[in-house]
Amino acid sequence: MTAKTDFVQIRHAQKSFGKLEVLKDISLTVERGQIVAIIGPSGSGKSTLLRAINDLDPLSGGEVWLDGVQVNKTLPHRQYEKHINEMRQQIGMVFQHFNLFPHMTALENVSMAPQMLKGLSDEAAAKLAEEQLDHVGMLEKVDAYPSQLSGGQKQRVAIARALAMSPKLMLFDEATSALDPELVDEVNAVMKKLAQEHMTMIIVTHEMDFAASVCDRVLFMDKGVVVEEGPPEVLFKNPTQQRTRDFLRKHLEGAK
Amino acid sequence: MDTDLMLKVYPFFLEAAWITILLSVLTAILGLTCGALGAASRLSRFVVLRFLGAAYVSVFRGTPALIQLFILYFGGPQIGIQLDAFEAGVIGLGINAGAYMTETIRGAIISIDKGQREAARTVGLSQWQTMYKVVLPQAARLMVRPLGVNLNMLVKATALVAAISVVELTYTAQRYIGSTYKPFEMFLMAGVLYMIIIFVVGRGVAWLDRRVQIT
Amino acid sequence: MGLDFSIIPDHLDVILLGCLWTIGITVAAAILSFFGGIIFAVMALYAPWFVRLPFRVVEWVFMGTPLLLQLFLIYFGLVQIGIDLPAFVAGVIGLGLHFAVYNSELIQTAILAVDKGQMEAARTVGLSRGQALRKVVIPQAVRAVIPPIGNNMIALLKDSALVSVIGVSELTLSAQRVIGSTYRPLEFYLLAAAFYYVINLCMEWVQRKIERHIALSR
Repeated sequence: MTAKTDFVQIRHAQKSFGKLEVLKDISLTVERGQIVAIIGPSGSGKSTLLRAINDLDPLSGGEVWLDGVQVNKTLPHRQYEKHINEMRQQIGMVFQHFNLFPHMTALENVSMAPQMLKGLSDEAAAKLAEEQLDHVGMLEKVDAYPSQLSGGQKQRVAIARALAMSPKLMLFDEATSALDPELVDEVNAVMKKLAQEHMTMIIVTHEMDFAASVCDRVLFMDKGVVVEEGPPEVLFKNPTQQRTRDFLRKHLEGAK
Repeated sequence: MDTDLMLKVYPFFLEAAWITILLSVLTAILGLTCGALGAASRLSRFVVLRFLGAAYVSVFRGTPALIQLFILYFGGPQIGIQLDAFEAGVIGLGINAGAYMTETIRGAIISIDKGQREAARTVGLSQWQTMYKVVLPQAARLMVRPLGVNLNMLVKATALVAAISVVELTYTAQRYIGSTYKPFEMFLMAGVLYMIIIFVVGRGVAWLDRRVQIT
Repeated sequence: MGLDFSIIPDHLDVILLGCLWTIGITVAAAILSFFGGIIFAVMALYAPWFVRLPFRVVEWVFMGTPLLLQLFLIYFGLVQIGIDLPAFVAGVIGLGLHFAVYNSELIQTAILAVDKGQMEAARTVGLSRGQALRKVVIPQAVRAVIPPIGNNMIALLKDSALVSVIGVSELTLSAQRVIGSTYRPLEFYLLAAAFYYVINLCMEWVQRKIERHIALSR
């Protein structure tokens, strides 16, 4: 039975690359407005799981549901294309390496999708883009090209680009891992702001402190399974599983 | 060096140079068209198209252009294709050049970082919209210089049509070598004109390359 | 008129002989262009200015004009200064020189790319510049440059068809001879194309083997 609050549902997700099983029967639900962090060692499958939610890396088995609609429906090619493009308009994604379009200004990066997909006029799209850039604190850089921006600035523009489509869900794939330490805070600040505005967010991250301060739930993944999950106060202070304890100890030791 | 002779014959070489230029332009247009179609074919999601594209590149890059010209010009009539030498030259060299340009264009497109495509798809753009708005604009900037190299080869390849008696620079040189027995002078006349044409093409490509850069 | 491949077996011997000539010319020119390329590269980089400059001009001319035109120059030019060589020799020289120039560009880049420290190390151990070049730098440069030179060799195979224009009885001219007596251009040019394609495939196979051998012996 699907509860009314089950906004994002992953049912028995399974993914293999040839003989290598990267995701082993993972199921989880996320409620509307919840902020979930996924942590774990590299190779645990956390990015693969995240990228399966908007079908960027399709699952080998299992289903992904968003707000009552199955994202990874099996359809003939043309219909599938139409369906997945519509679904992706509702899911925003922020990448580790930003992936801004280098041949467009910050404004154009943000305004392109609304203009092409929502039929907005040039002026309306530009205005919308300006609002989003203002939202992330990048208004004075509207006409800058990505090559003229710092890492933190690029990532904030990338967030604005994702937000411009008014998504129901935001996915963050190690959004600060490629940034110099001084630039991490400005991006975290934007993410905190989104959290306060009750955006549903799933965040794959290495930053335990940030996860603890912002998230409602933390999932620890290792070798393709969810080992443990719970509220940050519980998982970080009193993990029940040995693997979780080992990971946290290794990680916090490194940080200190 | 027989400069009097050179002064007498250079008008013929100038005329022939125009034919070489015309051949180059027409062949380049056909070549770019074939190249674009070939690249699209090799990148298609249909296996048949991908195979045909790969076969096109393999066959036309794997056999001499001269033979391809002969097949078209001399062999064509056998299956109902009657072309005059100039037409056969343009079409034959154009299709040949297209095989090289296919690889140049395809190479530029696949070199665009996968993350670009992912970011565009993630925001809801279709495959076609992604190609048109994100990949091609970036690939176009990358392919100007390599296509310039293809163009350079193409201008020199136009000399092959001398073998089917098109009156361009190399044919003219051969003809006057035959009647004057002064190969060095005739080589010089034709050679200088070729080098001028290639120099101009090179400058044009460099200018275009500078103009399409982003910042 | 259409196609009729049944006449091919009768004339296969002429075509095959032409094939052998093509292979022979290609191999000879390839060897010439390889060693010529090394010599030209060393000249272009290390010779005194009065040798280097004229050479650069020759390089510029050879890379800026069509091969066919160069073949006319060499074949008819040699006759003009009294050296009457058979057409195929002129063809091999023409092809060899043309590709030697292109190869020298590649080798120059490779030589410059070999770590400058290599040259310094060789000199400190007591080798003269010539010895250092010969024993240390050039062998390494040549290793790096084999793949692109391999591509040039394959281009050489295809360009060998041009020597038919100065009368060398290789594959293309042999096909033309047969066509002259059978009036079936399409069949025999297609056959010639097939032979070139097969020789091409063999050369690519050899190139891959050599590349793998080099990669393994590192």
